[in-house]
Amino acid sequence: MLWRLLTRTGVLLVSLAVASVAVFATMNILPGDPAEVALGVNATEGAKAALRTEFGLDRPLPVQYADWMGGMLTFDPGISYVSKAAIGPQVLDRLLVTLWLVGAAMALAILVAVPMGTWMAVRHRHPDGVALAAVSQVGVAVPAFLVGVLFIAVFAVRLRWLPSGGWVAPADDPVEFVRHLVLPATALALVQAAVLSRYVRSAVLDVLREDYLRTARAKGLTPVGAMVRHGLRNAAIPVVTVLGLQLATLLVGAVVVEQVFTLPGLGTLLLGAVGQRDLLMVQTVVMLLVAAVLIINWLVDLVYVVLDPRLRVAR
Amino acid sequence: MTSLLRRSGLGRLNASLVLGGTLVTLVALAALVSIVWTPYPPMRVLSGVGNFDPPSGSHWFGIGFRRDIFSQVIAGAQTTLLVGVVAVGLAALVGVPLGLVAAMGPRWLSELVMRTSDLVLAFPALLLAIMLAAIYGQGRVVAMVAIGIASIPTFARVTRSGSLAVLASDFVLAARAAGRGPLGIAVRHVLPNIAGLLIVQASVAFALAILAEAALAYLGLGTPPDTPSWGRMLLEATPVLHRAPHLAIFPGLAIAISVLGFNLLGDGLRDRLDPKLLERS
Repeated sequence: MLWRLLTRTGVLLVSLAVASVAVFATMNILPGDPAEVALGVNATEGAKAALRTEFGLDRPLPVQYADWMGGMLTFDPGISYVSKAAIGPQVLDRLLVTLWLVGAAMALAILVAVPMGTWMAVRHRHPDGVALAAVSQVGVAVPAFLVGVLFIAVFAVRLRWLPSGGWVAPADDPVEFVRHLVLPATALALVQAAVLSRYVRSAVLDVLREDYLRTARAKGLTPVGAMVRHGLRNAAIPVVTVLGLQLATLLVGAVVVEQVFTLPGLGTLLLGAVGQRDLLMVQTVVMLLVAAVLIINWLVDLVYVVLDPRLRVAR
Repeated sequence: MTSLLRRSGLGRLNASLVLGGTLVTLVALAALVSIVWTPYPPMRVLSGVGNFDPPSGSHWFGIGFRRDIFSQVIAGAQTTLLVGVVAVGLAALVGVPLGLVAAMGPRWLSELVMRTSDLVLAFPALLLAIMLAAIYGQGRVVAMVAIGIASIPTFARVTRSGSLAVLASDFVLAARAAGRGPLGIAVRHVLPNIAGLLIVQASVAFALAILAEAALAYLGLGTPPDTPSWGRMLLEATPVLHRAPHLAIFPGLAIAISVLGFNLLGDGLRDRLDPKLLERS
């Protein structure tokens, strides 16, 4: 257990380091001259030189990298080339919005997918199980931003039940906060629930044939009781892995959905920075998202051990 | 998910293969037909029509910004298929040799390839594309390359696990005994035996590529404005949705149909595969 924790943490730290070098290299070596990207090809040499001096782009690359990385670790990755404002506070501000969106969508997706997938598996020979499986297959094929666009058309524009976009902080007005979160979180969650329910279905199908489920029935548990107490816990092992991978797609999906609903999250910050060619901002937000994916994978690996006692003994 | 339809009893009919194949053929036909013929030039602003006319006999999917939506949708299939083919082709061209090396090479090389592919997996296609777009600006090439790179790890993994299964077989042992070198074994024995697996993977990767391309175009980072593209049509439809929902419905349906088609095709092909190879991979 401890060995696993140590090796996994080692892999995480190395991955984070390599990923940060890759992101830094992509943003600083590939374009040739970051100053030119920021200012455009028509910028004068003088303007470019001034920008380079102002932001320390004339220093050797390893020094720039160390400076940025050190800044990332202390929540102060530097100053935006465009707005000349500190990047750290802006990112933290936006991060909260994205976390709310992704968290709500994930919770919603699990709430829908676990019962739906279990139903699909238990009833897999019945028309309703097959029909539900077909629905999930179609759901996988619909991109989240399309669901968002349709939601706006129906619930915001036609029925006027909910706002079509924007954000209210939970501390300012809890009711408005929820009203603004419902549509984007649901749009993001539905597609994810479709994908997830298919994994739940397949995991539960595998569990259904296990002897321990029959034993649980034999000792007097009802079918539902046996499924909840013994079946789902075992089915959870493969599903948790998928859940980790899904959080990564969810983060990326949030980037697009934020754009649909004009939420002030990391996604809109990132896309705005791309539009303004604010390279350091892009570099920082991309690194943050990649780090989130890597850390989630690491957590999934650890949760694995908690869920599967067999792994605790092994190694 | 793998054996959804096989387990549900539909596998014997292989409904997913038939339906998936039909949908993919439909999309491919639309793309081919639109090369030689569309009812109206897709991007031309027409005269004698309203801004957002609903579907009618002469404009089957209606009018959007005085352009014929049906023509744009079938021409958009070209963009979708082109991006998919290039991205998946790139991923396979790099990923398959890497997977073979990981399966047949020394342990350290295998570890290196697999750990690197783990790392690339942490960069989703969309994020890569956004990062590259910040440097090179928007464009179809950036989208294709980014989606392609992001799909390399899955190809490498599938190739590796499939190859390991084949390499353990007796006929490979016999080929080794007969003096065939690693390259010969890879080309003559491993690749033909994992071809089915790779085709399934290509089909699934194609579906993901379509989704990624649509999202990028929707963000204004993919296909440029002068080329018909489903994602971009959705972007343009968003501000006028309250007046003209048909602007979003048809490109949206086109995306869903093609993704569904490739997913079903992949599922159906998987059922046709040698089940033994499937279980070991």
